[in-house]
Amino acid sequence: MKCCLCKQKEAKVHLTKIEAGQMQRVDLCEECAKSKGMEDPAVSMADLLLGLGTPQEVQSAAPQAEVKCPVCGFTQADFKKAGRFGCSECYKAFAEGLETLLKSMHKGVRHKGKAPALGGEDLKEKLAALQKSLDTAIADEQYEVAAKLRDQLRALRQKPLEAHP
Amino acid sequence: MNLDEFLISPQETARREGPHISIVMSSRVRLARNIRGASFPGWAKKADRLKSYETIRPAVEAMPEMVGGFSEAIDSLSPLDKQVLVERHLISREQAAKNAGSGLVLNKDESLCVMINEEDHLRMQALRPGLQLKEAWTAIDQFDSGLEKKLNYAFDSKYGYLTACPTNLGTGIRVSAMLHLPGLVLAEQINQIVQAVNKLGLAVRGLYGEGTDALGNVFQVSNQMTLGEPEVEIVERLNKVVAQIIKHEEDARQTLMEQKPKKVLDHIGRAYGILANAHSITSKETLNLLSFMKLGVDLGLFPAVNRAVVDELFIVTQPAHVQKNFSDKLDADGRDRVRSDLLRERLLGVSRPGPLPPGTAEGENKA
Repeated sequence: MKCCLCKQKEAKVHLTKIEAGQMQRVDLCEECAKSKGMEDPAVSMADLLLGLGTPQEVQSAAPQAEVKCPVCGFTQADFKKAGRFGCSECYKAFAEGLETLLKSMHKGVRHKGKAPALGGEDLKEKLAALQKSLDTAIADEQYEVAAKLRDQLRALRQKPLEAHP
Repeated sequence: MNLDEFLISPQETARREGPHISIVMSSRVRLARNIRGASFPGWAKKADRLKSYETIRPAVEAMPEMVGGFSEAIDSLSPLDKQVLVERHLISREQAAKNAGSGLVLNKDESLCVMINEEDHLRMQALRPGLQLKEAWTAIDQFDSGLEKKLNYAFDSKYGYLTACPTNLGTGIRVSAMLHLPGLVLAEQINQIVQAVNKLGLAVRGLYGEGTDALGNVFQVSNQMTLGEPEVEIVERLNKVVAQIIKHEEDARQTLMEQKPKKVLDHIGRAYGILANAHSITSKETLNLLSFMKLGVDLGLFPAVNRAVVDELFIVTQPAHVQKNFSDKLDADGRDRVRSDLLRERLLGVSRPGPLPPGTAEGENKA
């Protein structure tokens, strides 16, 4: 099959888009696909199928040119290019406009469903709070309560704080 | 560890049973998880990727479900082994293309497979033969709950599990069923079904996932939305939709046999004829013809053949599997020859598709 743009080279990238009941097929050679920004099939399929990552939407997800994730250094330009974030903290750094983007791809903008047993809160805070309760329990001579808290603390401490401290 | 020695043989794999196995080839539930504060694999520098791999790998290996499992860094596997894993649908093509700092951990019966540092730090999946989406969800939910005790997941009370791509945000779940739908294709109803399924917010993909053709009339149906809906509801909806598709496929087969039996018999007869007699055949043609042969088995036209025989051929005729069983390095033409030799040999004892089994509409003169 020949590329439907240059009509010369062999088509290597095949995209099928179904929108409003209409099926469209595009067959491109590697060069034309690249020039159209479709070299990454995962991104382009997501773009086409979900209608996300249209320039306006991606832009609105990160409105200011200078926004940069303080943790991993990812910029809005990087997001525009990759359609993916750099690290979990990027969701905070690029919070502005994120909901518009999420609305276009999901059923809602708030998570419903499973949560880690620890609630995913920062472990350090959890440890500090537990330690405080433990101190209070010991001061009040409530040793049964203290023993339970001690066990909880132990279990928590066995968990690595972060893969990259 | 040697992958060949570890993997369950294609024969045994094909024999696994599950509900609606003739139409639902497999059920899969995948969860995406990440480590808090660490760069996602696509953005991380090599050193960071190696570091997170070294953190995650032992945690996954130590899970009770992984006893006697297989764990390997992706760069320690040969290209051929990686392709075999892709053909078995155990790892993604994306994962196979990764370099140092990525890997997989697979359990003994190949029902759980964890990809480390694919697009996310963790992509864990539970696989089951036939329609067993709920069972797969239960298995992966349990595995995930065990693993969260050892790793500090990136989780946000508002956005849920944080993922590299916002399309997976929230539950990080992808529930999918691999369906064999030759009836709907022959009846030319497949586009309608695909559109209806799309309207429900579900995706239909080809045999090897994202961006691939529906070779062999095999389609993967999966959820797209991951945020704003609990996992159980997503699983339940997929389950209902798949049950509906099964019904449509069965109806399409029945209607075809009543109204256009010659068309169906012609497809099946030609498929058998070529598969059993070709001296060079591509994997694409093989898949497409095996699909009709499989349909023939389902319709009772090959009374002596079990569906597992055809399902095994689906596995062993794929390129890397053909190469695996042949000592010399083969080029594409060579593989096509070796594949045809294998097919002729396997189908030697299989009689050509017989007359319609009693009870089905003869309809000879209607066609």
